[in-house]
Amino acid sequence: MRLVVDLNRCQAYAQCVFLAPEVFSLHGEEALLYEPRVAESRREDVLRAAAACPVQAILVDPARRPEEAGSDGR
Amino acid sequence: MAGDDAVRALRRDGRIVIVGASLAGLRAAEQLRDEGFTGSLTVIGDEPYEPYDRPPLSKQVLLGRVRPEDTGLPRRRPVDAHWRLGVAATGLDLDGKRVLLADGDAVEFDRLLIATGVRSRPWPHETEAALDGVHVLRTRDDAARLTRRLAGRPRRVLVIGAGFTGSEIASACRERGVAVTVAERGAAPLVGALGGVVGAVAADLQRDHGVDLRCGIMVTALEGDPAGRLRRAHLSDGTVLDVDVAVVALGAVRNTAWLAGSGLAAGPRGIACDAGCRAFDVHGIVTDDVFAAGDVARTPHPLFGYQFISLEHWGNAVEQAAIAAHNMVSPGPERRPHLWMPAFWSSQFGVNIKSVGVPSMADELLVTQGSLAERRFVAAYGYRGRVIAAVGFDHAKWMGFYAKLIEEAAPFPPEFPAVDRRPEGLRPVPAGFPDPALPTHGASVTLTGHSPSERRVVFTPSRA
Ligand SMILES: Cc1cc2nc3c(=O)[nH]c(=O)nc-3n(C[C@H](O)[C@H](O)[C@H](O)COP(=O)(O)OP(=O)(O)OC[C@H]3O[C@@H](n4cnc5c(N)ncnc54)[C@H](O)[C@@H]3O)c2cc1C
Ligand code: SF4
Repeated sequence: MRLVVDLNRCQAYAQCVFLAPEVFSLHGEEALLYEPRVAESRREDVLRAAAACPVQAILVDPARRPEEAGSDGR
Repeated sequence: MAGDDAVRALRRDGRIVIVGASLAGLRAAEQLRDEGFTGSLTVIGDEPYEPYDRPPLSKQVLLGRVRPEDTGLPRRRPVDAHWRLGVAATGLDLDGKRVLLADGDAVEFDRLLIATGVRSRPWPHETEAALDGVHVLRTRDDAARLTRRLAGRPRRVLVIGAGFTGSEIASACRERGVAVTVAERGAAPLVGALGGVVGAVAADLQRDHGVDLRCGIMVTALEGDPAGRLRRAHLSDGTVLDVDVAVVALGAVRNTAWLAGSGLAAGPRGIACDAGCRAFDVHGIVTDDVFAAGDVARTPHPLFGYQFISLEHWGNAVEQAAIAAHNMVSPGPERRPHLWMPAFWSSQFGVNIKSVGVPSMADELLVTQGSLAERRFVAAYGYRGRVIAAVGFDHAKWMGFYAKLIEEAAPFPPEFPAVDRRPEGLRPVPAGFPDPALPTHGASVTLTGHSPSERRVVFTPSRA
């Protein structure tokens, strides 16, 4: 699964770092670094982090239905 | 109304073509489907990849934490598009409403969105640019090449140009323990975008992290060995540096060459559009079927004196793409203007730099919170008595507050008794932007409505 953080919005509340530390980390006091591609098995963690973000800055791929994989951007 | 019927028909079974398969192109495609467009959608991109995100390329990717191929952008929704990737658009036939492709094909459209962005300005000397070890950083492939090079433990990397990209590259080098020299023609890093006062802070930051920073210096030549590998760089002060990697970070060039002769108002400064993202033709008449969005577009902004502004900012591409897409399939009265508050971020040397508004328009600044010496501060930028921009170092939570001041045309110096205000925040100082007639690298906002050598724009505050 793919994700992106709108870092204009992000205010370094670090909720995501708390909930999915393998995916999100702070670099220095408030620069957020994240993994833009995460194993499907971590989807629950990432969705929880996205839901907890106070400014809703985290965008996650919807679960990919198999029939789309061929036509949509592959 | 006949016009409404035409728009309804277009929404139902029109043909929309998007050229440029990156951030703006993808977000526009999603928005078109969100708006209920059910016709055919073709997205043309010269890179062979699905849309991916560029900001990580100079950050996580260069640090070796994320692979370049793992930067694909998530989708907000399925877009059911016909993706033609790995093929460039080579021409636009406005009368025939066709986009011409490099493989000889042509694609017809009822509405066209141009989102071809920018590319790195190449090193001007071609044989030097072709030396093994000379890099630029704009694409996924560029990032893969440069990351491989950094992993090979070069003796010294030379970064040419200390704009945002150059500074982030230098930061990544230091974090990887690679020796780096930064050569910047201006007086300080980031000076074109943020001015000399904040630029001086950026310079200290670089030096504290062990960057060999040389300002007021130009690289005059890159020299290779007989095998064509970069060996040395010659600087304008006569210094010769032994380097095996050089990264050319001299800003960007807009991807408009393919539109030459098309009759659109497209040139090196981008594609001129109205606030609704409709492109102008060469007569200055707005077209109704050709739109532009993202880094390639330049549009008049009411908050900034209606100057034509082009922004090489991630958030602008997202927002402008959505507006363009909406307007492409909406009748006149429902169209919306692109009134985005300019905003961007950069992270370098462990500091989160954020900006709102257009700092490069300002003549003065005031440190309203924190202190420059601590490298934790907000500087408010003033232009003719109003707040026009703000820049924060590690002050992300405050940027929304300053955005509001800019929107309200709040007086400068700002009157609010800020928390954490220090002695240096009591009096405004000149912001220290270089003479706009002199070229600098990497200013990520270009004011293009007036000759860059004169800044005579008269600003009328919105509340007057
Ligand atoms: C290394 C790097 C770091 C960045 N960091 C930040 C940051 O920290 N914060 C921030 O706000 N912004 C940042 N940006 C800027 C941000 O990535 C851009 O604003 C954004 O990518 C613009 O999107 P776009 O779709 O308009 O253009 P682009 O992303 O440039 O995409 C244009 C696409 O069109 C393609 N194209 C060009 N010509 C043709 C043609 N003739 N036919 C077909 N396809 C064509 C190009 O190859 C490209 O794929 C960064 C950019 C880079 C390169
Ligand atoms: S939770 Fe949201 S605001 Fe906080 S660090 Fe993560 S992305 Fe940023």
